Amino acid sequence: MFHMKPIYAATAMAVSLGLGLAGTAAAKVEGDTIILGSAISLTGKYSTNGIHAQNGYELAVKRINETGGVVVGGKSYKLKVVYYDDESTPARGAQLAERLIQQDGVKFMLGPYSSGLTKAIAPVTEKYKIPMVEAEGASRSLFTQGYKYLFAVLSTSEQYLASSLSLAAQIAEKNGRKASDVRIAMAFENDPFSQDVRAGVMDDAKKLGMKIVIDDKLPRDLSDMSATLTKVKALKPDLLVVSGHSKGAATAARQLQELRIQTPIVAMTHCEAAQVTAKFEGASEGLLCPTQWAESLSYKGEAFGTAGEYDKLFKATFAGYKSVPYQAAQASAAVLVWKDALERANSFDTLKVRDALSATEMQTFYGNIKFSAAGNNTAKPMVLRQIQGGSYNVVAPAEWASKEVVFPRNPNY
Amino acid sequence: MWDNISLLIIAPLLNVQLLLDGVLIGAIFALAAYGLALVWGVTNVKNLAQGDLVIMGGYIAYVFTTLGIHPILALPVAMVLMFGFGWLIYRLIISHVIERDLFTSLLATFGLALVIQQLLNLIFGPDVQIAESGFDILFLFGGQVTLAEIKLVALVLAGVLAAMIVFFMKTSRMGQAIRATAQNARAAKIMGINTDRVYAFTFAMNAAICGAAGVLISMIWVIQPFFGTSYSIRSFVIVTAAGLGNLPGVIVAGLGLGAAEQFSGFVLGAEFQQATVVGLLVLVLIIRQLQMRRQRRVVS
Repeated sequence: MFHMKPIYAATAMAVSLGLGLAGTAAAKVEGDTIILGSAISLTGKYSTNGIHAQNGYELAVKRINETGGVVVGGKSYKLKVVYYDDESTPARGAQLAERLIQQDGVKFMLGPYSSGLTKAIAPVTEKYKIPMVEAEGASRSLFTQGYKYLFAVLSTSEQYLASSLSLAAQIAEKNGRKASDVRIAMAFENDPFSQDVRAGVMDDAKKLGMKIVIDDKLPRDLSDMSATLTKVKALKPDLLVVSGHSKGAATAARQLQELRIQTPIVAMTHCEAAQVTAKFEGASEGLLCPTQWAESLSYKGEAFGTAGEYDKLFKATFAGYKSVPYQAAQASAAVLVWKDALERANSFDTLKVRDALSATEMQTFYGNIKFSAAGNNTAKPMVLRQIQGGSYNVVAPAEWASKEVVFPRNPNY
Repeated sequence: MWDNISLLIIAPLLNVQLLLDGVLIGAIFALAAYGLALVWGVTNVKNLAQGDLVIMGGYIAYVFTTLGIHPILALPVAMVLMFGFGWLIYRLIISHVIERDLFTSLLATFGLALVIQQLLNLIFGPDVQIAESGFDILFLFGGQVTLAEIKLVALVLAGVLAAMIVFFMKTSRMGQAIRATAQNARAAKIMGINTDRVYAFTFAMNAAICGAAGVLISMIWVIQPFFGTSYSIRSFVIVTAAGLGNLPGVIVAGLGLGAAEQFSGFVLGAEFQQATVVGLLVLVLIIRQLQMRRQRRVVS
């Protein structure tokens, strides 16, 4: 008997602790404030973009609170976000999601930054049936798990570079060639995001009958891709697609110049993160860079007005931004989705709110938002911008284009 | 794979391109590896933070470019700063583990590597950075082979540095003391050499060499806080292949490794470029083991 006493004591302690926690767990709506929760990367390797996302959330919260708040049941509520720093580590992110839901009683979640963190947190929100609107996890594997409480405002990663293939096909046809004559060289980092991007390119290449002549996987600590580019130089493909985060973009831009690569169409992700226009002024000319959002797009919606107006407001609110990262814009869009869904649900019941979220169909400064059954946004395309004279101009898809695409690209080596 | 090999046969100039790219970068690998061999030989500490010291040098060059100063001028500054940093690290960490077993010093330098990575990440952020030299690009064989001038400049600078180090080791009192300590630390101590000071100087000199290599790397490739590890691995491969105290061997192994990376990247694909480094390490270890077995000795 004696040796069991500590166990009893421990159990009693755990119970009382549990009760204590339950006591504080009523924070979804405090007075006239609706509490949203988010684990976000404020330190660690994702901190740059994590902070962009946080700024996006905060700007939308501020804007909504200033313009009438969220009206539920005839009463106007303010929004507030509780943040925890996940230190850019998935395990920590999952822990913090538990804490937000269990301890802080948060019933409405905003996503973290990056697909990796979202992948870690989604199972937690799913377990507690807490709806989460995320803006920074693009991996398509997030939307093949059958999650019911996960909604994403951004385009999924397999769409990132796929649009460059249809552009190449259009150009080929305009020049009297067939789409199937286009030869593609691919260099993708061996990580989940870039491999998703690759899968999208592969699908479209197959659909269009294009031939893939190089298919290199880039290592995680990539700092040299001259061997791949030497192959490109020898095989002269019509289209080169590269994805390897900002290190891939920086390495590619530097070595495209060094090896004088003359491929007529070159598309890559993370041009802006790698600051290619500033660092590789000549070599970056004519590069095609996909983006979730650009301030020059003619999207328009409540709360912020047009994309251009959002851009101005953001720059006026947060010092130090020369251009607004799309990571911030989509974070703001996620908050707008919450407002819209809560008002339509006209209730704080998580199930009703979830159903309202899944029925979302709205126009925002960030683009149209409509969720598929899997939870990803199918109403907004990825846009392709070309670096022309040092600035990013939207060139595809045609309906959003502000400039004609320059073909062949005219790098100033 | 066979397509790529046949490509090399059809267009032999591609071999020239790959060889040049590989050998020129290999010279910088050799520089960092020589520093590792020096510390290893003299203090018997296997420095797992070698690559991170290289990356630190790279960031010094990057800071220079942000200040509008040409990064090549960062070379002497980086060497001086890194020398001081190396001395500090010796006093703070290495001097406490130098007499301990292998495992303790490995753990200490591994910890040091993590701390350097995280500090760089805190200061400079996780994005990749470059130091732009602004040098031109040479066209050889009618433009079919291109060569960035900075790579040639780096080769020359690496060569000059290596020559200076050799000269220093051969002629100066400190150089002689270092060599004496490497041969037999106890005997050196009895002869009146302050071995602790020799160790500190050696580690500091290694940090300076790494700093110089980092400055050159940042002008040729890209740097990022977490890229150090791959340079550490390369240094270990080169030193293991060449053996300690074998400068010509280190140079040959360094150049060879650079070229091997380029060719495997071309033939097998970029994902195998760094795998080649590790693969070669395993191969070298097996060969060494067989050689030692023939001599009835155990590889220590």
